[in-house]
Amino acid sequence: MSGNAALGEAAVLAGCTCYFGYPITPQNELTEYMAKRVPEAGGIFIQSESEIAAINMVLGASVAGARAMTSSSSPGMSLKQEGISYLAADELPAVVVNMVRGGPGMGNISPAQSDYLQATRGGGHGDYRTIVLAPGSVQELADIVPLAFDLAEAYRNPVIILGDGMLGQMMEPVSFDNIKPPKEYPKDYILTGARGRPSRMVRSLLFDTKEEEEHNWKLFRKYQRMEQNEVRYEKYLVDDAEMIVVAYGIGARIVKGAIKRLRQENLKIGMIRPITLWPFPAKIIRETANRVTDFFVFEMSTGQMIEDVRLALEGKGHIHFYGRPGGVIPTPIELSRVISRHYYQQSHRGKK
Amino acid sequence: MKQVYARPKSLKPAHFHYCPGCGHGIIGRLIVEVIDEMDLREKAICVAPAGCGMLVYNYFDIDTLESAHGRGAAVATGIKRVRPENLVFSYQGDGDLAAIGTAEGFHAANRGEPITIIFVNNGVYGMTGGQMAPTTLSEQVTTTTPSGRNAATAGHPVRICEVFAVLDGTTYLERVAVNKPAAIIKAKKTIAKAFRNQLKGNGFSLVEILSPCPTNWKMSPIDSCRWIDDVMAKQFPLGVIKDVP
Ligand SMILES: Cc1ncc(C[n+]2csc(CCOP(=O)(O)OP(=O)(O)O)c2C)c(N)n1
Repeated sequence: MSGNAALGEAAVLAGCTCYFGYPITPQNELTEYMAKRVPEAGGIFIQSESEIAAINMVLGASVAGARAMTSSSSPGMSLKQEGISYLAADELPAVVVNMVRGGPGMGNISPAQSDYLQATRGGGHGDYRTIVLAPGSVQELADIVPLAFDLAEAYRNPVIILGDGMLGQMMEPVSFDNIKPPKEYPKDYILTGARGRPSRMVRSLLFDTKEEEEHNWKLFRKYQRMEQNEVRYEKYLVDDAEMIVVAYGIGARIVKGAIKRLRQENLKIGMIRPITLWPFPAKIIRETANRVTDFFVFEMSTGQMIEDVRLALEGKGHIHFYGRPGGVIPTPIELSRVISRHYYQQSHRGKK
Repeated sequence: MKQVYARPKSLKPAHFHYCPGCGHGIIGRLIVEVIDEMDLREKAICVAPAGCGMLVYNYFDIDTLESAHGRGAAVATGIKRVRPENLVFSYQGDGDLAAIGTAEGFHAANRGEPITIIFVNNGVYGMTGGQMAPTTLSEQVTTTTPSGRNAATAGHPVRICEVFAVLDGTTYLERVAVNKPAAIIKAKKTIAKAFRNQLKGNGFSLVEILSPCPTNWKMSPIDSCRWIDDVMAKQFPLGVIKDVP
């Protein structure tokens, strides 16, 4: 099954009853899957007139109490930022998928990781954050969908699933056995008509600066709770490693292939793979830096996550970087060569 | 003693923030009167715009969401699809619907979403200080058309009802005004008819309301009301534009 279709199936199994989307490669398989599957399951599918409309339909469905999702790829994600900012401000849950492609501008339709900063810094206007989940395989993509809805509803905040064209389009076996709808949280904020209760309003406009400030601090405290509780990452051969690669998503998958080769040559390389890009697993990286001096960041961009690695290291250690922007997918062999070159430079430095 | 006038149940005891002579207050009042008379308070969900109408949630005692500028029809679509039994209406100005939100309004109309748009046409961007709106008349002076709207560079006044009328998804479109008592009574009946249309599941409805904005028109409230009849209604003829029962 393609990653896009697996994501769609997982969403339906996780109880997503509303999907709104606008065609863009490389995530069309998801929209097409949902066009058939969601109505079959009794839900709502609309091919919207734009990504702006799609995210606002999600907002409407969410405020009406439904589990709603939209998806796009980079240029369409830019259009969704307005709605994501409103979702965050209104404290409404939603899952938004970005199958990233090369950019900026129209770019191309090849896999890339160049929307990292947009995703992890809020992306739209105002002081807000979204949890960003970055799966690295089709199975993990499917497994992460119920988690995404759970986090969105637990915190009443949009959650971003950040994939890329490769993850969306590649075919892999996938099991849906463990995919169940997450539990329901109390929905005392949704609009259903004021039957037997006072009327409700959902808004982000707070003319009173004191009120807006308090709202911002309230959101901030929520984001702090996410930072405390929701950091997720995978450690791969870290314990004896002399150099740690930091990579995520499909990038990490390629790195794993490279590390397997390098380990055969007895190069002690390990990897920390952030699964949540925000909140970023800064603590584990910082702790690892007590023992390991060298960190190698690989991204399919000119370097965006590297900023978070730098912040995590707080000046400790050395950072190496390799980036392939523009939709280029390096092979594990290419990566293993680059990593080993940096590894030997490092051990050389170590001897001096 | 017989009570002849009271605050509608669905109106909160708040003071309107609108300028003297503004039509928004009348329109808001008509909407809640209709909601009360049709017993819809427990069914109604309002989508408020960015514009002078954005604070209706401070006045309407019904479930209300404030949407981003122009996105009301898309948000209302999401709500209505999830809650088809509710009365879902979007309250939008002419900048909101006829400029930034044209795509969302047009396509909700074209899909025949069974929602109602209350479209307040005051010919300007009221909230932001009286700039040109798509509905601004030719030669009309606004803060961004200081020597009058020139069709050659700024285009022509948009007739939203007529534009939407060609879409097969629309079933009820009518243009009214709130510049004199008879027109106000008519406007109220029209809003009620649009809501009934929606509750019958009869596709997309829109009520366009010519509404005075004395502050930004730089006219007295009385002159503004006259101007609607003498000038504005020539460009925006009142009446039923489309009614497919
Ligand atoms: C994306 C965006 N652009 C601009 C604005 C600023 N803005 C707020 S209301 C408004 C226009 C309101 O005019 P109209 O829709 O005609 O309603 P009125 O105030 O006249 O009732 C604008 C441009 C905004 N809130 N959001």
